[in-house]
Amino acid sequence: MSDKKLIEIDNLEFSFNTYGGEVQAVRGVSFEVKEGEIVGIVGESGCGKSVTAQCLMKLNPEPPGFFKDGSIKYKGEEIITKSERQMRKIRGLEIGFVFQDPMTSLNPTMKIGKQIEEIFIERKMYSRSQMKEKAMEILKTVGISDSETRYNQYPHELSGGMKQRVMIAIALVAEPSVVIADEPTTSLDVTIEAQILDLLRKLKEDLGKSVILITHDLGVIAKLCDRVLVMYGGKIVERGTVDEIFYETRHPYTSGLLSSIAGLDKKRDDELSPILGTPPDLFSPPIGCPFAARCEHAMEICIEELPKEYKISEGHSTLCWLEHEQAPNVKLKAKSYEESDLL
Amino acid sequence: MTKNNKPLMRVENLCKYFKIKEGQILKAVDDASFDIYKGETVGLVGESGCGKSTTGRCLVKLEQPTSGEVYFEDKEIYKHKYHEEFISQHPEENIPKINPDQAKLDYTKDVQMIFQNPYSSLNPRMTVKDIVGEGIRLHNKKIKNKELEKTIENLLNDVGLSKDHISRFPHEFSGGQRQRIGIARALSVDPKFIVCDEPISALDVSVQAQVINMLKKIQRERDLTYLFIAHDLSVVKYISDKVIVMYLGNIVEKAKSEDLYKNPMHPYTQALLSSIPVANPKIAKSRKRIVLEGELSSPINPKDCCRFSDRCKHVMPICKEVKPPLLAYEEGHEVACHLY
Repeated sequence: MSDKKLIEIDNLEFSFNTYGGEVQAVRGVSFEVKEGEIVGIVGESGCGKSVTAQCLMKLNPEPPGFFKDGSIKYKGEEIITKSERQMRKIRGLEIGFVFQDPMTSLNPTMKIGKQIEEIFIERKMYSRSQMKEKAMEILKTVGISDSETRYNQYPHELSGGMKQRVMIAIALVAEPSVVIADEPTTSLDVTIEAQILDLLRKLKEDLGKSVILITHDLGVIAKLCDRVLVMYGGKIVERGTVDEIFYETRHPYTSGLLSSIAGLDKKRDDELSPILGTPPDLFSPPIGCPFAARCEHAMEICIEELPKEYKISEGHSTLCWLEHEQAPNVKLKAKSYEESDLL
Repeated sequence: MTKNNKPLMRVENLCKYFKIKEGQILKAVDDASFDIYKGETVGLVGESGCGKSTTGRCLVKLEQPTSGEVYFEDKEIYKHKYHEEFISQHPEENIPKINPDQAKLDYTKDVQMIFQNPYSSLNPRMTVKDIVGEGIRLHNKKIKNKELEKTIENLLNDVGLSKDHISRFPHEFSGGQRQRIGIARALSVDPKFIVCDEPISALDVSVQAQVINMLKKIQRERDLTYLFIAHDLSVVKYISDKVIVMYLGNIVEKAKSEDLYKNPMHPYTQALLSSIPVANPKIAKSRKRIVLEGELSSPINPKDCCRFSDRCKHVMPICKEVKPPLLAYEEGHEVACHLY
């Protein structure tokens, strides 16, 4: 992993205009992605993680969406001000995107091979035979055997895991330096999920790509990521390395997420401790901490004022009033890590 | 937990085949037998396409099995079919005919189902009152509107919704809330047995925990029996007494929950267990995983051998020829594998 920053996002705010008013999907998000690292973004549905990722490629429809504030820099270049035409040079070629649902993201009327080659066709980069060669090569890289047959098949002839591999192949074929994977394994079985996660890890280890992995599954995060961003209500509430997030949890939301998993180490009679309530309404987001309404440690100030980001160590920080010097010393419910009955 | 010697639900040699084309038969469930006792939760796990949902649907009479018997409280639930055949063969004996519609109605009073997708299993044109009240009305035609509303309010209260929700439509609710409506609907006729078909897989983690806790609470209060279908093994471990593992229509392993997780015997179960992502970086990175090569082979016209043999790393010549029977290895732990 080098220290070269590929993506720098600073105070990104993105909203959608709807009949009901303005939905503030992303409310001031800043992070960076270095070369050759896997960054995980975790959070519940509706917390803004997918919108953030799609902002990087300007994939959110504008209108109704619009950038309110902030900047996104890719290799030092500002993305937000780029025109649709300029973006086409970045999409797929510089940043690859693996979409969430492989069942609906592939074009059912186009053969697999054509869909992979599509990125080259408009750019007139290669001859027809070169394109086919590239497509076959990438199909092999993502672990699709029998690529000759698959090249000429339609999406409905493939299984879910295969389709997801094709999605990854499409994202990779033009050799982008960053791959954004938006819930790449959510609709797959665990055995297939393990195969896809291995593939993503290889992207980093063998090809030196950076990966932004969006998921709500903390198990996937634990397995794959170097750094983690925990999002809630359009904000990053905690960030740090995987170990810091899992073992030195500082934000009540992260700890709530961790303790609500029915993990293998949970005994049958243990009560799961869910986070009560529902995520905030982003039409009128709370002025204070977005998690205050569901937080068991909430104080008066949490409802009134947004906490600043407290640094705990280099790279580990949390958005929580509990870190303030006047705050009571609260012990977060920690998840017990016993390696007892794991395989 | 009360355990009687008689099972509440007994499934014997259940088969469900779908004809696709001439000469092509998809064997969704092939020769499945298991017992479910009163008050327990049985988990049914497997990859998508392994026939677990079809099994569940056969138990609630949503599918007509090709062959095999399902006994609920010692009564064969598809009996009217056999019954009619019997009547036609013995016309002289003057046996009263069972009305199949009535038989189904009586059966659904005791057995209910919670569906997988809370977004598509609720009629968008019906209010919560209609959705939850439909079953009550069917079984008690004379119920007064006030009484019905009272019952529905109580049910909503039990599943953690408020009575203000009674006249709303499904689109006004979040996924977790919709699943609660689905649960209230299943509970409305006061059933004894509920088939939960992946009730939480479409929900967020924090909401999943809420729904699981609620299902457990309701089970304690109402002495319910669950068949819990899921592909998430960690949730199944958490909620089930017994676990059945299915692969391509066959039951490959059947055991008490603790036994299965401590000592998984079938190579498929081992692989399945080891590929669960663990939310603990140290274990997740150090743990040796068995990554299965390939994918589920097709259930259309399967060969009569061990169906896992093409992905199994312990495969022996015999696996490709003879289908292993489900044998008890120790008390309550059955495996279908030639290794044992």
